[in-house]
Amino acid sequence: MSEQKLAANEYIKIRSNYLRGNLAEELADVSTGSISEDNQQLIKFHGSYMQDDRDLRADRRKHRLEKAYSFMIRIRVPGGVSTPAQWLATDELCEKYGNHDFKLTTRQAYQLHGVIKSNLKRTIKEINQAAMDTIAACGDVNRNVMCNPNPFLSEIHAEVLKVSQQISEHLTPNTGAYHEIWLDGEKVESSEKEEEPIYGKTYLPRKFKITVAVPPSNDVDIYANCLSFIAIVEKNKLVGFNVAVGGGMGMTHGAEETYPRIADVIGFCTTEQVKQVAEEVVKVQRDFGCRTDRKHARLKYTVQDNGPAWFLEKLNTYLGWPLQAVRPFVFETNGDRYGWVTDETGNSHLTLFIEGGRVIDRPGFPMRTGLKEIAKIHTGDFRLTANQNVIIANVSPEQRPLIESLVEKYGLEDGKKRSALRLNALACVALPTCALSLAEAERFLPTLITELEQSLEEVGLRHDAITIRMTGCPNGCARPYIAEIGFVGRGPDRYNVYLGGGHAGQRLSKLFKADVPSPEIKPLLAPIFSRYAKERESGEKFGDFVIRAGIIAATIQGDDFHKNIK
Amino acid sequence: MLPAHAPFTESTRSLVNAALVGLDATQRAWLSGFLATPATELPQKPATNVKALMLYGTESGNSEKLADRAAKEAKKKGISATVKNMADLSPSDLKKHANVLVFVSTWGDGEPPDGATKFYKEFMALEEKLTNVNFSVCALGDTSYEKFCQIGKDFDAKLEALDAKRLVPRQDCDVDYEDAFTSWLTATLGTLAPATVAVEAPVVAVAVESSYGLKNPFPAEVLENILLNGKGTAKETIHVELSLAGSGLSYEPGDALAVIPSNADDVVAALLKAAKLKGDEAIETKASGKKSLIEALTADLDITGLSRSVLTKLQEASPHPKLAALLDENAKEQLKEYNYGREIIDAISDFAPDGLAAQSLASLFRKLPPRLYSIASSPLAHPDEVHLTVAAVRYQSHGRERKGVASTFLADQGHPGQSVKVYTHANKNFRLPASGDTPIIMVGPGTGVAPFRAFVEHRAELGNTGKNWLFFGDQHYMFDFLYQLEWQEHLKNGTLSRLDVAFSRDQPEKIYVQQRIAEKGKDLYAWLQQGAHFYVCGDASRMAHDVHEALTQIYITHGKLTREAAEAELEALKKAKRYQRDVY
Repeated sequence: MSEQKLAANEYIKIRSNYLRGNLAEELADVSTGSISEDNQQLIKFHGSYMQDDRDLRADRRKHRLEKAYSFMIRIRVPGGVSTPAQWLATDELCEKYGNHDFKLTTRQAYQLHGVIKSNLKRTIKEINQAAMDTIAACGDVNRNVMCNPNPFLSEIHAEVLKVSQQISEHLTPNTGAYHEIWLDGEKVESSEKEEEPIYGKTYLPRKFKITVAVPPSNDVDIYANCLSFIAIVEKNKLVGFNVAVGGGMGMTHGAEETYPRIADVIGFCTTEQVKQVAEEVVKVQRDFGCRTDRKHARLKYTVQDNGPAWFLEKLNTYLGWPLQAVRPFVFETNGDRYGWVTDETGNSHLTLFIEGGRVIDRPGFPMRTGLKEIAKIHTGDFRLTANQNVIIANVSPEQRPLIESLVEKYGLEDGKKRSALRLNALACVALPTCALSLAEAERFLPTLITELEQSLEEVGLRHDAITIRMTGCPNGCARPYIAEIGFVGRGPDRYNVYLGGGHAGQRLSKLFKADVPSPEIKPLLAPIFSRYAKERESGEKFGDFVIRAGIIAATIQGDDFHKNIK
Repeated sequence: MLPAHAPFTESTRSLVNAALVGLDATQRAWLSGFLATPATELPQKPATNVKALMLYGTESGNSEKLADRAAKEAKKKGISATVKNMADLSPSDLKKHANVLVFVSTWGDGEPPDGATKFYKEFMALEEKLTNVNFSVCALGDTSYEKFCQIGKDFDAKLEALDAKRLVPRQDCDVDYEDAFTSWLTATLGTLAPATVAVEAPVVAVAVESSYGLKNPFPAEVLENILLNGKGTAKETIHVELSLAGSGLSYEPGDALAVIPSNADDVVAALLKAAKLKGDEAIETKASGKKSLIEALTADLDITGLSRSVLTKLQEASPHPKLAALLDENAKEQLKEYNYGREIIDAISDFAPDGLAAQSLASLFRKLPPRLYSIASSPLAHPDEVHLTVAAVRYQSHGRERKGVASTFLADQGHPGQSVKVYTHANKNFRLPASGDTPIIMVGPGTGVAPFRAFVEHRAELGNTGKNWLFFGDQHYMFDFLYQLEWQEHLKNGTLSRLDVAFSRDQPEKIYVQQRIAEKGKDLYAWLQQGAHFYVCGDASRMAHDVHEALTQIYITHGKLTREAAEAELEALKKAKRYQRDVY
């Protein structure tokens, strides 16, 4: 193999001295609210993205002001479980330093937007004081570990949550940079302590995503992640996990060599082995992942290029022992189940619908205040779901009436009044803050759903769950390519429309029509809804129907995602 | 010179000698003939013997200007006049002067001008009698403030208390001081130089250096009007660029531009409604001449500023028992409270509910005063232009929307294509160091940044090598970082060496420039030790005071001085013109 030039980010990582760069120096420069390109890459590893309000770009120069720079801060919530105190801390921080709202992300994290540079340090410090952190929430490392917030089986949930938290802790970068820059930590002089025993000096070639799922719920979307552990429960006991590798969403418009990919389930390990398996999968990717082209650097390409069998063999070599054979499992859905459920211990759990994951007070609907009031009295926990909703979990029978009365008082939504379409929708942040977005997502999807609801109502499908996901760019934060209907931003008010994803997130979709102006989406889909209402078989999901009806060809795996387009 | 044996007393001989100094041959010859004639018409006292000290305390330069003019007029009458700044004199020196004319302004809530503070304090504590001193006081002020001309009043009372003799009663001047000043000056000089030389018409004193001035402002074309705050701000700070092309007006960084505003149509309309008038009534006032009421209200009269003087006239025009009670000498607090947040229109609604006659209404008002704005541009960087940084004042009080006359005039009517009446106003007390190598420290939060934009531009144009350090502050970094792109450019070019900022509302606790100054105390002290000049521009009521305190603390901490010694250092800095303020 000839020597190729590494991707630019690789040199940034090498130069950074384990993620330090000259971030501290640039944070102190008061003349600008921005930081340099290199540090923009590095700060991701610390859990933050520099952004600017794109709505204002044209306007700012006229005022003799630079772009409206601010920072998004992602707070890790391993397994999505956070305490009421942590909820309150996040709520307070968004008020003090952010845009007065916060986002529950598609990876079960909290996200603050609009934090200006001069407040970055104190915000991150206060996050840490609330026993949370932001390190590795973004960047070429393992990000927030997701876990099914299963409200039905509390004992199993407690076990898998613990596994998720262990993985998260084990794969957290070791560098002292985070403490030095944000927490006034001692500067580490000795380079020995600087070692990243798992990642090494250049960390991973690209971001890395891990989930832990409990069938039959695939809410964490194991097929869209680099590495997943699927809990295998036999006779109400957790016996271990199937291991899935090589899923991922991101692609680039017009570049067929980039594509989303469904993870391969390659084996089984025991609960005790999970930590080691996670570490070795990371190491295989560290050593074999592509470092010359960032568009080809995710684990999914390593698996696709070499084949799942090769990957399993490598992994077994790294482990020093072989994974066991895959155990049977069944996923039924990747959506959330709304409302109250009671578990085997007698505690209750309430899943609330949070549109777009945005916790915000709006005129007439003080949702953020309502949740804050709940957090003040709640003795259980808050569970963030992969679908951007929240579960008020572990409510004791004595507390339940109190919570119910607050839900009533603030008009919080258990989903009953919403269409199934809306309840199964997901959107990324997109405009105005995300630098990558080509079109609206979070701000537009609710409007589009209202339009599509009319079509569905007309054909009597109000209560049929169809997964619908929208992203502002093809990178796939809301996992659009495994939705039954996916919209991916192409340009202002224009979307690629994808159909045929599996209802449980188990199958990729395919491009149905490219570059559709937003007003034409409803007329494009209405006839298909109509056919679905008339022609579907009993229990047939929308994603399956469009394939059977010949509207779209099924996508088997990433390498045929761009093929057989009609 | 008269020889010692000449038949004169010692004192008369020196007087005659003094009178002969500087006479040329013709004058001597004429004098010898004149003296040879019978002595009946000789003046009792030779005019040349009269000396007068023109003592001024100034903030914006007006008192100094008037003192200069008084000296010029005095000299024409043969009075030998010297002009002195209070900053350069000790009160104990006053006894050496036979005649002292005081020109002093009052600022804010009855404060002396910055440069006169020390003199004022010492003078008010003076115990030594000034029995042989004659005096008169010309006090400058603004009737819209409760403590109108307070400092002038203090000087007047104290001089009297020290047994000095008042030549003519004190003259209190409002912002439109011209007429009051000239009549006072005529009277005062009349007492000093009674006869011999004919008193020239005082109108000569009005002569100004440029052909454009208060009486004849220049209609400057608006080139640009930009909002400097970004979307989301609570502020409205505008950048206005005006053309001075063809005016012959010039200025230096540190100078001010006087803007002659007009009242907004909606404000005039509301006033007419309250007074139950139509506006087409003919009226005549000194400020407006003869014209229709609506024209006078719009262009000539200060129709908003509420003061005791306006209320007194209102009471005469339309007596009301409640107003009488407010104007009682013992009701000062109540009056202050009433005036707070109110304008003339409120008083008319409250005390003349049936309206007023057109002439009565017009007679309530003083002349609409010009508003001075610190210039935000260097004439070298922007030839033939002058730039302003203006905070548009808009707020609500007592159920009405209010707006600052001049600031909203510029914001709403100062758009490209329009013209604005202006003239330049020198401020000798706010000047860049003589040497371009001298470092400067500039503290200019909010619109206080204006002259520093001019300073930095000017030094950049001149290629000066002196270091420039700016402290800026406002409410929000994101929206209110005035001229951010320009500062970034200056930093890049090295024409700005250091920048520190304080944004008060970006975090739960308020942060102001004085905190940044304190944080950077060590470096700041080092700069001052290297000879840096320290400038402050902006809010006088709190900021300037807090910055002064921060600076005092720096001398205490880093200079290891007692408070007294630190204060003395700052006084010395002021005296050396290394600590200058332009506060309002």
